[in-house]
Amino acid sequence: MKPVNHGAWFLVLPMLIIVAFTAVIPLMTVVNYSVQYVATNAQFHWVGDLWFREVLHSEKFWNALWRNLVFSGCILAIEIPLGVLIALNMPRKGWGVPVCLVLMALPLLVPWYVVGMIWQMFGRVDIGLMGVMLRDIGYNYEGDPIDAWFTLILMDVWHWTSLVALLAYAGLVSIPDAYYQAARIDGASKWSVFRYIQLPKMARVLTIAVLLRFMDSFMIFTEPFAVIAGGDPVFLSTELKQTVELGQKAAMSLIYFLIILLMSWIFYTVMTRDDGEPIGQGGAS
Amino acid sequence: MARIDLDNIRHAYAPNPQAETDYALRLVNQTFDDGGAYALLGPSGCGKTSLLNIISGLVSPTEGRVLFNGDDMTSRPTEKRNIAQVFQFPVVYDSMTVRENLAFPLRNRGVKRVEIAKRVDEVIDIVGLQALADRRARGLTADEKQKISLGRGLVRADVGAILFDEPLTVIDPHMKWQLRASLREVHRRTATTMIYVTHDQTEALTFASKVVVMYDGLIVQVGTPAELFDCPSHTFVGYFIGSPGMNIVPASLNGANLQLGAHSVPLASAPRLEGQPNLEFGVRPEFVRLGAQGIPATVSRVEDAGRYRVVHLTMEGKAIAALLREGEEIPASPHIAFDPIGVHLYADSWRVAVAGAGAQ
Repeated sequence: MKPVNHGAWFLVLPMLIIVAFTAVIPLMTVVNYSVQYVATNAQFHWVGDLWFREVLHSEKFWNALWRNLVFSGCILAIEIPLGVLIALNMPRKGWGVPVCLVLMALPLLVPWYVVGMIWQMFGRVDIGLMGVMLRDIGYNYEGDPIDAWFTLILMDVWHWTSLVALLAYAGLVSIPDAYYQAARIDGASKWSVFRYIQLPKMARVLTIAVLLRFMDSFMIFTEPFAVIAGGDPVFLSTELKQTVELGQKAAMSLIYFLIILLMSWIFYTVMTRDDGEPIGQGGAS
Repeated sequence: MARIDLDNIRHAYAPNPQAETDYALRLVNQTFDDGGAYALLGPSGCGKTSLLNIISGLVSPTEGRVLFNGDDMTSRPTEKRNIAQVFQFPVVYDSMTVRENLAFPLRNRGVKRVEIAKRVDEVIDIVGLQALADRRARGLTADEKQKISLGRGLVRADVGAILFDEPLTVIDPHMKWQLRASLREVHRRTATTMIYVTHDQTEALTFASKVVVMYDGLIVQVGTPAELFDCPSHTFVGYFIGSPGMNIVPASLNGANLQLGAHSVPLASAPRLEGQPNLEFGVRPEFVRLGAQGIPATVSRVEDAGRYRVVHLTMEGKAIAALLREGEEIPASPHIAFDPIGVHLYADSWRVAVAGAGAQ
């Protein structure tokens, strides 16, 4: 048997150190805070799972969690189909391709906070274009949580549908012509071509799109902070910001983190359970 | 079942073709008989795939007509043509099972469920996918996927012809033989017209009963494998078919003698070819004899191909290849003679019939 040189492990060391300082140690610090009470004199007291129980029994936390879930659900339900629809209708050749790609990429380049500011002004009922136009039907995002909610969804769709569209487009253009030719020979309808060729071929990139959009929308903070200054509706992130106790903050952060991890895992497992097959792609006989 | 007639087909991919070189297909007139197994053989870029796509309707020709059983199909879309096509890369619907893949063309045409099940079972049996019938198509190997593509063509009862566009390109060598054998078997059982595009002469000659050789946008010869070998009607056929290809040497005529440099080969009769500048003399390596008499030559290289050896010689400054069977030796001072039955004369690359050319 060949002797194994364990010296190679030292090559992994720099990476381990970097990961430790960037991820593991900060996370463990948060874990540490979550089980302690920090007194005003910087004294730490062990409190066990007190903060976790407190968070899980807090009505505000659950309300914020539901709001987050519904918000992410709305975002996915709008952006994924809309993005796919846009991608399907984008030109495949000619000067239209670069024009479309650049136009689509523009919203992605705008920083989160700037997007928030743009929409805050756009939606103002005194000077904003949209606000003034919708004023007559009672729109006012500062006074009405539903209107604020509507504004935030509209803003996210404006900001991120391009990402889904670009990913879906990348999936679409990678389909060889022979597939479309074979489908014509098999007499497939437009819907069948979409259902059995385009959708399965886009499944992998759509998995990425769904994960990215879910995580990102679930962690939404900057935009509501910019638009409504963390008022109503309260999301987990804004709720977290308003929490004062360090231990409670830490416990809530961990729960928040675990929820995102769990949801992402569920999405990924469901969507790739048959090698990149999207949901609802079962036996079609 | 269908007979396919191509009537004065010309095709250019760019609009407004002016010069002859703008055409990918310069002029094609060809009939594919009902139930025949044809191969379209030619090098890359000769127009064979264009021709196939014109038959299936994926490309519509610039000029000319496509007739199926005498009906003009030129303006009919692909899905109305009762044609199946198998592509270079296997095209399967990944998310469906093998059975669903095969049922797909029938479902799209609104065939009854019972009828679909019956046809699909038959086709699964023909292409030999019984063991995989309920497996999802995604995980299958390239040759299994290619069998599905073939099966989707066979499943339609009304299919007039199946077109193959280099279907074995991505198949492993050891599977190629098997798949080709099953293609032949399918042809035997179904008697569907099959047209098989390839640039591989072995594939063409083993699959087809009639080989259509294409070169530079034209059909240069149509014939059985034996005809293509024995009597190439164009220098390209001589050169492309056979391994190594035909020896083609520029020559001139002197009455009934063919002049090869300082030496002459007498012909049985004097062909009327006055004023033909581009005369060439063609002989396959199988008909080149090495001995003590004839035209002196020098050996430049010998390749051992196992059962025979290929001897590359230089004769009058021109390269000539000869085949030596097992046991035959290269003479000390080799002289070349030509077997009369293998001697052909070409004018402007096209064969001129000469009765019984002989070599001394």
